[in-house]
Amino acid sequence: MSAPLNISRRTFLKATALVAGGLVIAFAIPQAKRFLMPGADKAPASPDAAKLPAPNAFLRIGTDNSITVMLAHSEMGQSIWTTLPMLIAEELDADWSTIKVEHASAAPEYVHTAYGIQITGGSSTTWSEFDRYRQAGALTRALLVSAAAQKLGVAADSLRTENGFVVSGTDKISFGDLAEAATNLPTPTSVTLKDPKDWKIIGKATKRLDGPEKINGTAKFGQDVQFEGLKTAMVARAPVFGGKVKSFDDTASKQIKGVHNVVQVPTGVAVIADNYWSAKQGRDALKIDWDLGENAMLDSKKMLEEYRTLAASPGLAAAKAGDTQSAFSKSTTVIEAEYVAPYLAHSPMEPLNCAVKITEDGCEIWTGTQMQTTDQGAAAKILGLKPEQVKIHTLFLGGGFGRRANPAADFVSEAVQVAKAAGVPVKTVWTREDDVKGGYYRPMFLHKAKIAVGADGMPTAWEHTEVGQSIMTGTPFESVMIKDGVDATSVEGVADSPYLKSVPNHQVNLHTVKATIPVLWWRSVGHSHSAFAMESLIDELAHTAKQDPLEYRRALLKDHPRHLAALNLAAEKAEWGKPLPKGVSRGIAVHESFGSFVTQVAEVSVVKGEVKVHRMVTAIDCGLAVNPDSLKAQMESSISFGLGAALFSEITFKEGQVQQSNFHDYQVLRMKDMPKVEVYIVQSTEKMGGVGEPGLPPVAPAVTNAIFAATGKRIRSLPIANQLA
Amino acid sequence: MITLNINGKDKQLDAPDDMPILWALRDVAQLTGTKFGCGMAQCGACTVHLDGQAIRSCVTPVSAAVGKKITTIEAMQDDKVGQAVQAAWQEIDVVQCGYCQSGQIMAATALLATNQTPTDADIDAAMSGNICRCGTYPRIRAAIHAAASKLA
Ligand code: FES
Ligand code: FES
Repeated sequence: MSAPLNISRRTFLKATALVAGGLVIAFAIPQAKRFLMPGADKAPASPDAAKLPAPNAFLRIGTDNSITVMLAHSEMGQSIWTTLPMLIAEELDADWSTIKVEHASAAPEYVHTAYGIQITGGSSTTWSEFDRYRQAGALTRALLVSAAAQKLGVAADSLRTENGFVVSGTDKISFGDLAEAATNLPTPTSVTLKDPKDWKIIGKATKRLDGPEKINGTAKFGQDVQFEGLKTAMVARAPVFGGKVKSFDDTASKQIKGVHNVVQVPTGVAVIADNYWSAKQGRDALKIDWDLGENAMLDSKKMLEEYRTLAASPGLAAAKAGDTQSAFSKSTTVIEAEYVAPYLAHSPMEPLNCAVKITEDGCEIWTGTQMQTTDQGAAAKILGLKPEQVKIHTLFLGGGFGRRANPAADFVSEAVQVAKAAGVPVKTVWTREDDVKGGYYRPMFLHKAKIAVGADGMPTAWEHTEVGQSIMTGTPFESVMIKDGVDATSVEGVADSPYLKSVPNHQVNLHTVKATIPVLWWRSVGHSHSAFAMESLIDELAHTAKQDPLEYRRALLKDHPRHLAALNLAAEKAEWGKPLPKGVSRGIAVHESFGSFVTQVAEVSVVKGEVKVHRMVTAIDCGLAVNPDSLKAQMESSISFGLGAALFSEITFKEGQVQQSNFHDYQVLRMKDMPKVEVYIVQSTEKMGGVGEPGLPPVAPAVTNAIFAATGKRIRSLPIANQLA
Repeated sequence: MITLNINGKDKQLDAPDDMPILWALRDVAQLTGTKFGCGMAQCGACTVHLDGQAIRSCVTPVSAAVGKKITTIEAMQDDKVGQAVQAAWQEIDVVQCGYCQSGQIMAATALLATNQTPTDADIDAAMSGNICRCGTYPRIRAAIHAAASKLA
């Protein structure tokens, strides 16, 4: 890692002077390095990734010694506001207390090093920026050292850097004092990155840089955007997906104090008002006649029945080995089971919102988004502008979980439509009901498995059929993510399961159903349901074989050292096998997603039909843990998010309408339900993976496996809700 | 026009009687530290103090606050308990996205103002009305205990 990197070959660099004075470092990713997912080999058509190398920056050093790190990614709780600056500060030898952070604008320089569009998602920020942000720091350091060498008339290699200074013997010059001179120097063509043994910041638990402002209420979220002339808009949307406005009467609405205007937009009818309260009252007073369209009778119970019917036939093959049919005919023990996971809303704490100001020569947008260049492109298209005429200001995201990364740019496009129709700057705001009913859900999935078991208790044939909606269909990712009709995110965690690799005869099939309901990636995407199915099935097999669930997994995963490392560490820390207090049982699950390997051990009791999760022990192998404390926070977060969904959450449909509306009926985890959490990190030098999502998939099955151990009842459908009553 | 006492100062606000305190604070008084999460007393993001009591400002009309004192997150740094809570939040690095945290801190401060030695059960009871979608619950619990021991 300490070998010099030939930057000119890997990246296109620019050092330019800022208007304000100081040093600006910009990198652009050459087209050739763009690919969509780790392992994907060809570059996708990326219409959003414009090719103009506009001078943008990752780092600014002010003549006042301030160091500002520009984030190509969005801070939504995952602490990237701290992790990416750690990478730069490490190589720069910056004084950590002088670091400031800003969200970058939407620009080609900031596109994802792997995905080719500007996106925060796929638990990919840290590993995908690990080189780029360190290089930005190292390059800047090299320029500052050269500037100091010139100034002092000494050789550059006689100098060192420390805590924001270039040091020569007993003399030292601050980075700020060198910033201007450094801008006039030629850009080095290669830099040397530090040897990991010299790291002072990377790998150390580091406090969040956005902590103070989020504690005193000054942090600005999209919802907090206010400026002179900005109106608040609320849109009445169709009660059924795909519904259209036939006609509307806004007489009563316009009589509400503070309501200025009512306009029709493609998604419904928007009330423009002085503030949220007037907008809400104005919307409540609208009378709209809807054409409900073809989804008017949508019913999730009936949909599930249709899924069951479909699952009886094979569908498209997503993975295949050996001959399952002949293996089944030879086997005496065959288990069959069906697992179901419901539609889920992301419901980030901050309901969606987006402020838009259309000017004579462009448009400005203020919002919390995970997908800047996509939103920019969508806004430009609506307004007949070039993407670069649309300026995106990214604010803190009050949670994302995937909802704020929409290839359809739904909430941004709608806000632009409202601003365009109203002719004034508007901030569209969503109520919680709008959020819960607004779609872009984690799709409902049905998994049906038939497994033959050999004399040794191990699976000899495994047939697995999934039914559900595709997330990738109709998005720019379709060409890369859908192969031969199979959406990779529908079958991830099954088709590539390490368990299936050990089964000589296996087949994974997929039925992709018609896209009736808007769906989207929800924290951990396909793994959010596949791990539940797979880890439950493995538990069923272990019990059928009368083997310990941990030992059974160890045997099947013997050729998968990273799974084993996470499994063994969690089992050891949870003291697997040691008796628990009466009434408490353990369950275990291990799953790989987003390049990381996580085991969860749940301790659960069931009293009078009510599930109580007492403790979760987590072990993760994500390769290098850049900030171990934020990694722990992400595991706590994934447990909370996954457990809430497992215990309570589901979106259902009846007569076309979503039956849930707010946190009283779309229930999520609360303090009283939160278990004790212990997180252990596998010391690993393996390839880096993500941490925002991989903790989640094994949560539900660890809990339901513990429920089985406690009660003998196998939970095969989520949420658990009152199934044990 | 209605007169509300916010963070120790009387303010004249152009807000109708039925406007929830939340929107009077955010949209009229431009105090955006108090957040909106559900609008029906389900999430606690909008928690403020009314005469020292934690209330859900999204369902409490401004008319109910006339003659009373509204205290928001913006004033917690001037409050002895608030300071201890904020310091513990910082020490334990509680926040993630941060959106729920104003409400969490207001609820925790109200709890500690009346109960200096909260048990885990007290914390469950006082804090379960405050949702955190990022799952900062273990750290909130730890921070409340830490603040309590600082205040003792
Ligand atoms: S916004 Fe008031 S409780 Fe949720
Ligand atoms: S910190 Fe994100 S909702 Fe609590």
